[in-house]
Amino acid sequence: MVTLRDLKPGERGTVIGYTDDDPPGRLLEMGLLPGTSVEIVRLAPLGDPIDLKVRGFHLSIRQHEAAHIQVERG
Amino acid sequence: MPVASIPAETRPRRIALAGNPNVGKTTLFNALTGLRQKVANYPGVTVERKSGRLVNTEGVEVVDLPGTYSLNPKSLDERVAYDVLVGRMDGEAVPDLVLCVVDATNLERNLYLVTQIQDLGLPVVVALNMMDAAQEAGLEIDVDGLAKRLNAPVLPLVARNKIGLDALLAALAEVPPVKATAAWDLIPAAEKPVADLAAQLDAEVPGLPERRCRFEALGALSSDLLLAPWQERAPQFHQAVLDARADLEARKVPYKQAEMMGRYAWLGPLAADVIARHKDPSDQTRSDKIDAILTHRIAGPLIFVGILVLIFQAVFSWAGPAMDLIETTVVALGSGVRSLMPDGMIEDVMVEGVITGVGNVVIFLPQILLLFFFLGLMEDTGYMARTAFIMDRLMRRMGLSGASVVPLLSSYACAIPGIMAARTLSNERDRIITIMVAPLMSCSARLPVYTLFIAAFIPTGALFGVIGYQGLTMFSLYVLGTVMAFFAAWVLKRVVFKGSSSMFVMELPPYRLPRMKQVLWRMVDRSKAFVVRAGRIIFGLSILLWFLAAYPKTDTDSALESARAEAEATYQTQVQNLPPTADAERQRLAEARDAQLAEIDTEVAGQQIRQSFIGMLGHAVEPIMRPLGFDWKMSAGILSAFAAREVIVSTMATIYSVGEEDDEPVLLRDALKADRYPDGRPVYTPLVALSLLIFFVFALQCMSTLAIARRELNSWKWPAVMWLYMFALAYVFSLVVYQGGLALGWGV
Repeated sequence: MVTLRDLKPGERGTVIGYTDDDPPGRLLEMGLLPGTSVEIVRLAPLGDPIDLKVRGFHLSIRQHEAAHIQVERG
Repeated sequence: MPVASIPAETRPRRIALAGNPNVGKTTLFNALTGLRQKVANYPGVTVERKSGRLVNTEGVEVVDLPGTYSLNPKSLDERVAYDVLVGRMDGEAVPDLVLCVVDATNLERNLYLVTQIQDLGLPVVVALNMMDAAQEAGLEIDVDGLAKRLNAPVLPLVARNKIGLDALLAALAEVPPVKATAAWDLIPAAEKPVADLAAQLDAEVPGLPERRCRFEALGALSSDLLLAPWQERAPQFHQAVLDARADLEARKVPYKQAEMMGRYAWLGPLAADVIARHKDPSDQTRSDKIDAILTHRIAGPLIFVGILVLIFQAVFSWAGPAMDLIETTVVALGSGVRSLMPDGMIEDVMVEGVITGVGNVVIFLPQILLLFFFLGLMEDTGYMARTAFIMDRLMRRMGLSGASVVPLLSSYACAIPGIMAARTLSNERDRIITIMVAPLMSCSARLPVYTLFIAAFIPTGALFGVIGYQGLTMFSLYVLGTVMAFFAAWVLKRVVFKGSSSMFVMELPPYRLPRMKQVLWRMVDRSKAFVVRAGRIIFGLSILLWFLAAYPKTDTDSALESARAEAEATYQTQVQNLPPTADAERQRLAEARDAQLAEIDTEVAGQQIRQSFIGMLGHAVEPIMRPLGFDWKMSAGILSAFAAREVIVSTMATIYSVGEEDDEPVLLRDALKADRYPDGRPVYTPLVALSLLIFFVFALQCMSTLAIARRELNSWKWPAVMWLYMFALAYVFSLVVYQGGLALGWGV
């Protein structure tokens, strides 16, 4: 199972689901929904959080949350 | 259409302004209302309520709602926005019209909120802002097509240049019609249960618009917070929701995600249809290129530190002269009033109570203004979000969040702007923890205290011949406060906020050029809030402290009285015996007499404070402070320093009657060194000084901080906890250092 956390900077993926039955609503409201294409732009200087590009804007989330989002590479 | 031809009943009287953060909502609000704005708080919460009158209208009120991504009440801001829009906020009528500000470069996510507000059954006008940025990004938006799909007027806008404002104002003159049903669909498995719940709600609470019933049903289904209020208003609906949840859970329908998935499933294709892209979306924008440097693994943190050094340099060196000027002005004003008013109690209240009280508030202004200027600049450019991004990991280890960095660093100058800057923290737990530990950072008001006692009692030698003991002590005090702040945050997170998780989901908005007008406006706005709200409390307490130091009035000691008479008499005799030509000699004698009288006056002032309420209180708390090595004079000084830490220096000067001359610090230093207990032991040893210094590192000796924390946290509970834990830290650390030092034989 690949999660958003496993993607490297520059890689893209498509959200396919969540590891958790009750994913944080805030992430869903920001548009991180199944079928959404996501790009890892970069990691923060200390490796966490992550800068994502989703639906045309930059969103920063922690590795901890990224590990809850299942993705398919590409 | 001319406004006059619109019938009065379709003209809106109250307009609410809604939108995501970072979409230029404040800029538009300022353009819509001009300078006639009112800032207050919503009842019972710390969220600011900004309102103003719409330009060119008689009485149309515009209310600026907090910037939110959605109406599902997860944060305080969202709660307030939701409550206002559904008319559940005390003293707020439901708006006639909602103006939604939308970032044209980020349509999909921004429209999420728009569809939610439409689902409340409220008339919506969409302001499509940042059209210039959209054009630059190669986005061409079919405005008419968007309006048709949303079924609402859409007005393109560049709020910062006021382009499109007239058309928007014209559109705001009339309430547009509302469509009864929403255009978006839920996932099929959730559609039927939600429709049934909506019908149940409609039957039980008649009069709600159809799509509002669906919205409320969906909200109650997915959120306990939204379900709770229905228990009384619509008990059958409440029960039906609980049943539906159980049923959906049994069938494994992801109903909590149904709303998000439904809305985005409708918005995705909509955005694709109305936006024509003239540039490859994977092209790097200018903002992306800037980010590549500013959040770079190595360059990013270096630039951040550089910017901080620059800001602190500016705040300390630029505020200094202004603070000196304020101090001189306050003193000059005091003596001016003294010379104009007759002697007596009213004069004393005016000069030592009112003027000093105002001075205690205003003295903070230069640093606050400058800090707010730089913070505003960081916010307006979008850099603030990057500082949180860079620092989050480090700060999280200590129970804080990346967004705590700036408030904590500001607190090295002064905890007041630091605590106010914590507003940028969206997570309530992180915000409370940040505010609770901010006063542990050594602020500039501690500096005079540190300087006095270090210069007096820490030896001038150097460790290994290079690192001076005095400088080392000063540095250690700063480190001590900082380390304790992080430790306190760590404890708070693990003990008080155990189990509550903090999320970090933050937008990194595109970099934008700052607008000076906006930055200055916000700086003045926030500083005004400080002066008005905290000022009242600081002012009141200043008068109280003056009273405690000035009363009860003592009869001037008869010995001093006769000393004064004697000085006068001696002078008279001496002058009489002089030949009439000895002018120079006469003047010398007059000067000698004046000096003697001044000395007696300082002695009188010293006697006054020794016998005042503060002096009595000092004696009263002395037994508690004794184990720390403090006598009643230090205790009284500590009590009076509650007005502001640096006040202890002037209180000690008064107690020791060293007068208010230019060389006061030196005189005070000598007086401290010379002070002896009746048995001949020195009152101050380096160990006592160290104990006092440590006490000042920790103790919350600042009513302004308490006042502002009370304002920002909207209760006295947290400020009380703050004062207590910091006092406990101060007491325990000083006790350990002093008693430990004595045991090791350092007490001589």
